Amino acid sequence: MKKLRLVMVGNGMAGVRTLEELLKIAPDLYDVTIFGAEPHPNYNRILLSPVLAGEQTVDQIVLNPLSWYAEHGITLHLGQKVVAIDRTRRVVTAQDGNGGPGGQIQAEYDRLLIATGSNPFILPVPGKTLQGVIAYRDIADTQTMIDAATRYRHAVVIGGGLLGLEAANGLAKRGMHVTVVHIMPWLMERQLDDVAGKLLQKSLEERGLKFLIGAQTESLLGHDSGPDAGRVRAVRFLDGTEVPADLVVMAAGIRPNTDLALKIGLHCANEGRGGIVVTDTLQTVTDPRIYAVGECAAHRGIAYGLVAPLFEQGKVCATHLAQFGIGRYTGSQTSTKLKVTGIDLFSAGNFSGGAGTEEIVLSDPYAGVYKKLVIRDDKLIGACLYGDTVDGSWYFKLLRDGRSISDIRDKLMFGESNIGDVGHEGHGKAAAMADSDEVCGCNGVNKGAICKAIKDKGLFTLEEVRKQTKASASCGSCTGLVEQLLMFTAGGDYSKAPARKAMCGCTDVSHQEAREGIRKDKLLTIDSVYRTMGWRTPNGCASCRPAINYYLLSSWPKEAKDDPQSRYINERSHANIQKDGSYSVIPRMWGGETTADELRRIADAVDKYKIPTVKVTGGQRIDLLGVKKEDLVNVWKDIGMPSGHAYAKALRTVKTCVGSEWCRFGTQDSTQMGKDLERALWRMYAPHKVKLAVSGCPRNCAEAGIKDVGVIGVDSGWEIYVAGNGGIKTEVAQFFCKLKTPEEVLEYSGAFLQLYREEGWYLERTVHYVNRVGLDVVKKKILEDHEGRKALWARLQFSLDGEPDPWFDFDKASVDTRQFTAVANAGVPS
Amino acid sequence: MSPWTFICKLDDIPVLGSRRVARAAGPEVAIFRTADDRVFALLDRCPHQGGPLSQGIVFGHSVACPLHNWTIALADGKAQAPDHGCTARFAVRVDAGAVFLDADELATRATNIETVAP
Repeated sequence: MKKLRLVMVGNGMAGVRTLEELLKIAPDLYDVTIFGAEPHPNYNRILLSPVLAGEQTVDQIVLNPLSWYAEHGITLHLGQKVVAIDRTRRVVTAQDGNGGPGGQIQAEYDRLLIATGSNPFILPVPGKTLQGVIAYRDIADTQTMIDAATRYRHAVVIGGGLLGLEAANGLAKRGMHVTVVHIMPWLMERQLDDVAGKLLQKSLEERGLKFLIGAQTESLLGHDSGPDAGRVRAVRFLDGTEVPADLVVMAAGIRPNTDLALKIGLHCANEGRGGIVVTDTLQTVTDPRIYAVGECAAHRGIAYGLVAPLFEQGKVCATHLAQFGIGRYTGSQTSTKLKVTGIDLFSAGNFSGGAGTEEIVLSDPYAGVYKKLVIRDDKLIGACLYGDTVDGSWYFKLLRDGRSISDIRDKLMFGESNIGDVGHEGHGKAAAMADSDEVCGCNGVNKGAICKAIKDKGLFTLEEVRKQTKASASCGSCTGLVEQLLMFTAGGDYSKAPARKAMCGCTDVSHQEAREGIRKDKLLTIDSVYRTMGWRTPNGCASCRPAINYYLLSSWPKEAKDDPQSRYINERSHANIQKDGSYSVIPRMWGGETTADELRRIADAVDKYKIPTVKVTGGQRIDLLGVKKEDLVNVWKDIGMPSGHAYAKALRTVKTCVGSEWCRFGTQDSTQMGKDLERALWRMYAPHKVKLAVSGCPRNCAEAGIKDVGVIGVDSGWEIYVAGNGGIKTEVAQFFCKLKTPEEVLEYSGAFLQLYREEGWYLERTVHYVNRVGLDVVKKKILEDHEGRKALWARLQFSLDGEPDPWFDFDKASVDTRQFTAVANAGVPS
Repeated sequence: MSPWTFICKLDDIPVLGSRRVARAAGPEVAIFRTADDRVFALLDRCPHQGGPLSQGIVFGHSVACPLHNWTIALADGKAQAPDHGCTARFAVRVDAGAVFLDADELATRATNIETVAP
């Protein structure tokens, strides 16, 4: 069959990214032809500023070398400007950019992708066509500036926005005297508030830049005679003053490049100034064969100028070009970072505040630090940081997630590291780290390795860095650092911004949607979930299948059937796999109490099965490490104690102190309370592991403050704390309520855990669940809605009633005992 | 003499699951059964850090290693990009619901690799 023909107009980051995504999912669908007006292969436009500043070279910022195009059989026409498109005959005509004899090239298309990017806005003032007056947009402009810096002295940059300041900084670093002309009352007014804008100005002035704030350009004056005739010599302002200028850089904003689109009759917003209007599938509204992505496209009224949204558009567009017809682009939130070495600046969202908003401000002008957080309805809606941007990506995440910050409000300003963080030696500033410093403590990845991967492999997103380097792919606590490294190394902000995130690559369905669908349609099998919700893979993957299995079991207890092949090995073999392929066995000790008999049986099993290590765990139990898989069943039998579920996303342990029975300070019988809780809750599977603790007095020897449910006995009853954990990020449990009787403790704790079981996303711990929905909501459902609480508690008891102990009741627990032996002994003498 | 040696019935392997085959020398061989009833055999060692692939989650025609979640293609034993590595592959024949492996391969392939505890 003849291949379809795809023609792309524009050879920039958004377009080529779309192609890359397309080639990943449908490598053979199209014959691809690209027309690029510039003579270069696709390069990272964001890194022009470091090139101008002499920190990187043009070669270093190339993203797709010419060999990439050849490798994928792409016909590439560089230096060719598309001058006409016949939409009826579906033919693109291009003209040699140099007007040379090359003449015209034509290409026919079945699908057309317009990715023409944007044009700089040139002030309509007299003299704008003089020599030495340029915009700042591409490699040629950058080269012109670099050349000018070697021959001339005075530069004027018109526009004190992001691009203008980066240009000014680069020119100054190359030795020019630079004046920045800015018509607005402070610098970067679209990204910064007045205080931060003025701090920025001061800091740039210290580096030798001059500023004319509020000045309005009247005209550009040229040399009338001499060797520089026809070249600019000065800028004149409305008030009549002049400043000398051998080079004028226009950086007063960009406009979507819609010349071609207008010419061929595609609907554009605002007479072309607003971009080519596209739908959520990135198709132009005028012609369904034509797609547009990137800075030239107007999606829901917005033409994005930052790279993260453009890449999201590219991904969606690619699935439609591939005829998958899935995915919609629904818009992005963006953040800004200035790429001027040594100046830390970050802003996102609504940082100017306004009616109905509250502000938290930290201002230390002497140290050059200013931070403003804007809050509305207990949610962070904007942030503007100057001087200390370590927590930029964290704030951005809070902002995108839209989570309530009421619980961390008092610590919000002091950043993520103030709410507990381990695993990377307390490093907060990625830039200050040495290449050999470890960023990801889980996978042993240092800063140098991450930066090298970002540069060498052209990585742009957190996901890509995780895949390539494993950094932040395990516990995720160093995510902020990795995001910073992405910003420094690749430029711009690359964090993805989906408000709802697909569960995995198998589907576009989010965890929440999967949960809701299973409940609404009463789905009982994994297959029916995959069919009903349109999974792209026949039987999911190692990430989504365990999640769906859990959702089915927790939504429809006693009806949905457990599928052991959709469980992680630990929950399939009911033991914890170790690095050498052996297993560990942790029997249950109710409330951390044991007996001489139990200890004797454990000791005998250790001898009999030659178990190499016996260790006391943090959860007041005994861990037998290095058990061979074929011995598991016999070890369980010989020990004769219940499964401790130490291998499962389930109730693990209830840690207790000795309490009033022995302790001279004890006010309540915490050991008995712990035993009762453990007996009521064991065999309880949950989105993640669940740990409890009960202390008999506020000295809290059982460390109840860092447990999913912590109970602390006081003279008049019991205090309940929820949603704490040790681990990656130490999260202190929050006070939930105070109760009188042990029966109430059981009911309230059980109801809270059942709510988590029903609403939590797979692998979400209680703290993340509570943060996501808000502690107030949880309190309302448990503390105020008495019927609801009792119903939750009843549903939990129903779920757990008659549940088997997987160490003994193999059939009922769906334990496939065949796994414990080899299926055959090939050539082994028997 | 045919080198094919009978291993087990197809139904001895759980769907989307795996069983282990012990050998006279060298690490065990993992045999996998996919949802479409194809059977594949790989050395039971992940090319990454030697994890037992037989204990992983099978999906599509791949298995996820239980230790660090590398995805290994069942057909050729190769790790999915961006990871690099390859584990030994064994020929499989399924005939009338019976699974056979090649006796010569079982006796000789990847036998000098250090055995890890099962």
